[in-house]
Amino acid sequence: MGQTVPSTCDTLIIGAGMSGLAAGIRLAQYDQNVVVLDRHALWGGLNSFYKKAGRPFDVGLHALTNYVDKGVRGKPLTRILRQLRIPYDALKLGQQWVSESAFPGVKLRFSNDFQLMRSEVAEKFPSQIDGFDRLSALLADYPSLPTAGMPVFARTRLAEFLTDEKLVDLLLLPILYYGSPTPHDIEWGSFVVLWKSLYEEGFARPQGGVRTILTLLRDRYKELGGQLHMRQGVAKLLHENGKAIGVVLDSGHEIRASRILSSAGLVETMALCGEALQEKFSEEKCAGEMTFVECISLLDTPLVDLGHDKTITFFNTTERLIYEAPEAAFDSRSGVICCPDHYDNQIPQHEPALRLTLRAHPQKWFDFTDEEYAATKESAWQAGHKAILPFAPDIRDHTVFVDTFTPRTVRQFTGHTRGVVYGSPIKSPDGTTELENLFLMGTDQGFLGIVGAMLSGIAMANVHALQASPS
Amino acid sequence: MTKEDIVLAIKDIIATIAPDEELDGLNNTDLLRDQIELDSMDFLDIVMELRKRYSVVVPEDSYGELATLDSCANYLEPFMAEKELKIGV
Repeated sequence: MGQTVPSTCDTLIIGAGMSGLAAGIRLAQYDQNVVVLDRHALWGGLNSFYKKAGRPFDVGLHALTNYVDKGVRGKPLTRILRQLRIPYDALKLGQQWVSESAFPGVKLRFSNDFQLMRSEVAEKFPSQIDGFDRLSALLADYPSLPTAGMPVFARTRLAEFLTDEKLVDLLLLPILYYGSPTPHDIEWGSFVVLWKSLYEEGFARPQGGVRTILTLLRDRYKELGGQLHMRQGVAKLLHENGKAIGVVLDSGHEIRASRILSSAGLVETMALCGEALQEKFSEEKCAGEMTFVECISLLDTPLVDLGHDKTITFFNTTERLIYEAPEAAFDSRSGVICCPDHYDNQIPQHEPALRLTLRAHPQKWFDFTDEEYAATKESAWQAGHKAILPFAPDIRDHTVFVDTFTPRTVRQFTGHTRGVVYGSPIKSPDGTTELENLFLMGTDQGFLGIVGAMLSGIAMANVHALQASPS
Repeated sequence: MTKEDIVLAIKDIIATIAPDEELDGLNNTDLLRDQIELDSMDFLDIVMELRKRYSVVVPEDSYGELATLDSCANYLEPFMAEKELKIGV
């Protein structure tokens, strides 16, 4: 079925996720012979979709961040659409209702209107509002792209503006859950990117969920003549004298390419490059450990009828923020509750969904027997839905179907070592690697979220494959 | 192509890469990026479209020559004089 896998191309792209497809579109648009490969049968990578028991599910997408209205210029969302030549209206975006960061006794609500968060801070932390205003003014002037530099952590910088640690925790909770590969804190450059995409801009969801975006990307790529080959995993990356020259597929087929863009991740890409590089960027030294278990519950009753009108609730049941890989298989003391139906412009679902995301242990899930695995998934659902009761309704008697994905699922579908979601703590902002003609994009380049992933693919394609390519 | 044609060619490229911009009021002498929203990614697209449509290669260190419509016409004229204007491709 489909096209034959070629033996040469201009640019070879590993991974048919958001970054790979976006990069592919850019290159196909300018007549490059471009090949996108993915080991999995479905495209989308960390943001994909599937059906179970006849019911459609999304993976990854809680929200599309970086929401701006149509016509707003110079923001990540409008820049990627222009670069990909996809009309704004094609995304069919609906804005979030309202979200919150919630600790025992104190909540900070926020929406796509930044003033809501500001007024919440002014009301609940009056002594901090001047510092908050200085902070938000500083961040508003930062560029939206990740920058290289000394690794400074967000808590250190935030202490220059905010003295109340509870407020710092409230502001950090959504940001850490949205993209920190490190426990309890996040590197400052990533913090800035996420502050802008979550708080200055905001959340939206395409009508139809992640499928809508992925279908647009795939169709656009194919219409431009790009080749997409699914079920074609890369077994080995070929290089000579420090230069990447091609790949060998699982099938043994060899493809030579002038350059390779990999969205597989730092550790995962280097593992394809032979012993020396595999050792230098080994799992032990470089892999992240933040991964998650997510229970998607389908309900017999809309959540609004149970008294819940939030879009996303980032919750923490203890006084201080907990964000770390747990000792046990999962930890229900903090997490994310997402109601994908709580966006404007959504088609009412016969079975409304609630998604509960908890931190997971990066190894234990792989060691379980099938019985232990199934039992732990069940206990994550039970314990999680009990833990969120201070923040969300009890849905346990309203649940008609549950599907749970774990680090094991993430590894199976993305190839990420340990099933990690936010990649390695070591990022490559310019995409370069130890090998010439091999570049990283996606999560380990340092861009986050769906819009970030697409921007990463575009930026890496522009810099390393268009600007640099000879005529 | 005359210099006037080259200005039309550039405007048509901008209309393709930035369909939401209003181009009727563009003047030839002010910086393009001051008149409409164009960032470095968009300038790369102007360069890539020139290559695709007219086989003209603008080296990276000459991107600055594309700052205004007049400077585009002056810089590109030697490469485009013999070429035919293509609109709406």
